[in-house]
Amino acid sequence: MTFWEELEAFLTAPDTWSGPDSIPTRLWEHVWISVVAVLVASILVLPLAVWLGHIRRGSGVASTVVNIGRALPSFGILAISFLVLVQMGAGVGEPWAVLVALIALAAPPLFTNTVTGIQSVEAWTVEAARGMGLTGKEVLSSVEIPLSTPLIVEGLRIATVQVIATATLGALVAWGGLGRYIVDGFARQDMGRLIVGAVLVGLLAIVAELGLGALQRGSAPKGARRGDVGNPAQRSTV
Amino acid sequence: MIRLENLRKVFSGSTRPAVTDLTMDIARGECVTLIGPSGCGKTTTLKMINRIIEPTSGQITVDGRNAMAIPVHELRRSIGYVIQQIGLFPHRTIAQNIGTVPSLLGWDDTRIADRVEELVETVGLDHEMLGRYPSELSGGQQQRVGVARALAADPPVLLMDEPFGAVDPIVRNRLQAEFHELQDSLGKTVVFVTHDVDEAIFLGNRMAILEMGGILAQYDAPEKILAEPASMFVERFLGGERGLKRLSLLAVIDAGLERGPFVDVTAGPEEARRVMEANAVDWLGLLDGDRLLGWVDGSRVGSSQLRDLEPRSFLVTLDSRDSLRTALDAVVTSHARVAVVVDDGIYRGMLDLEAIAGEVTE
Repeated sequence: MTFWEELEAFLTAPDTWSGPDSIPTRLWEHVWISVVAVLVASILVLPLAVWLGHIRRGSGVASTVVNIGRALPSFGILAISFLVLVQMGAGVGEPWAVLVALIALAAPPLFTNTVTGIQSVEAWTVEAARGMGLTGKEVLSSVEIPLSTPLIVEGLRIATVQVIATATLGALVAWGGLGRYIVDGFARQDMGRLIVGAVLVGLLAIVAELGLGALQRGSAPKGARRGDVGNPAQRSTV
Repeated sequence: MIRLENLRKVFSGSTRPAVTDLTMDIARGECVTLIGPSGCGKTTTLKMINRIIEPTSGQITVDGRNAMAIPVHELRRSIGYVIQQIGLFPHRTIAQNIGTVPSLLGWDDTRIADRVEELVETVGLDHEMLGRYPSELSGGQQQRVGVARALAADPPVLLMDEPFGAVDPIVRNRLQAEFHELQDSLGKTVVFVTHDVDEAIFLGNRMAILEMGGILAQYDAPEKILAEPASMFVERFLGGERGLKRLSLLAVIDAGLERGPFVDVTAGPEEARRVMEANAVDWLGLLDGDRLLGWVDGSRVGSSQLRDLEPRSFLVTLDSRDSLRTALDAVVTSHARVAVVVDDGIYRGMLDLEAIAGEVTE
């Protein structure tokens, strides 16, 4: 079969559109595991990052974290957590190992962007706020967080796109998602299946990139948008 | 109103105190300027009063209350705070910035809005600016907002840390003159840190000169300090031109203003020439009623009606609230060796080098 015949055969097969190995199912698996991973990472990381930013500590920690994040191969974490979790009694084909790896992947950009974002709020703005009599909590909620929201959302965008791309590896430890098509496509020499999987992962990542990019631009408070003079959130990210 | 007692600050990692057992009394309604060489502890002293910097030891009493014993945010809400970097909230409008403390204090919206309107007038801003964001304003306008924000809840005490240090000299002179007048009418208790001796003399009812380590070298009225420096340090710090610095004590309006060679545009060529002769100058200032139009060269007078001449504007104009020290600089830099005094376009008179010299020697 030529490539086009393979592609047509895959796209016209009834299993492609309904059932456990269909595009809707695989897409859904991919989306939910990505969303859950980013959410859990946010819950774990943001409070600590916000606090470290507020007390203006931890910029060293922030860059260490991002470097470790870059150095650790996601595939390695995935393999290790899969082995450990299976030893602990998790079933093969359950999503836990994939989740652990994706959370570990999402955490560094969220952490670093939040710490850096809050610290990049002009020291004088914070001092003036304290001098006016804002409490620590009020400084955080009405000055530091609003002014650093674009950077925090940028962290969310970077994390989400990386997670969507990497969730593909889940198929290697017997989990679903769109990676299934790529891995199975290779195994069965079915180029149509492989291409559909790759294109869908790419599209999903682009949608997340564009959507969260728009959110990032929209989240800049009025008066402190890009291009305005003296916008503290404009400083470089990491 | 403010009492500092044996106030000491030793920053961690440093063995020498930044401020050493400083004791000072600041009376109600008084503006005290804190001045000294850089690193002398003047800003540290100021920032201990609202506990932006916590003292290592000592007592601070503000308005009869022990500042160390009340919750720090409560203390700060009763003290206006203005810093050189201004620190306006970039994501809030001018109106919201000014209303910061009133809304922390839980005022209702109409009361806040009324107060903001009132303050805009007080500090000389346009009402149009209320809906704008800080980045849309010039440095001078931003600092007016900074002052308005500090005054918002009508605190009895104002702390100002080199508030006019970051704006250009012309704007700085204007802001100083306006603040001087504002202080006369509001009667706040002000602690004002500066490194500009002329500013300290012009604005301070009393001046506190600090030596390195926050040691009080002299604390007295500026005229007293200029006349009798207490030590070699104070003398050196004030510099060799104490006579000239006395000029900072006086406002332009205090010196004798002359009318100068100024005529109304309706005047005929005869009168114009007579006025120039009487003043022994070869230029003529033109007025339209009270309003200053500019000046024309003497050679052009007589060829046509004064009204048809296109007057040139004066390079240097002063406000009657500016200090004589500012006036001296202005006169020296103007080619005519005179400065015209104009308040909001209204001509007040003319000041020359001799009139200023008279004030120095008096």
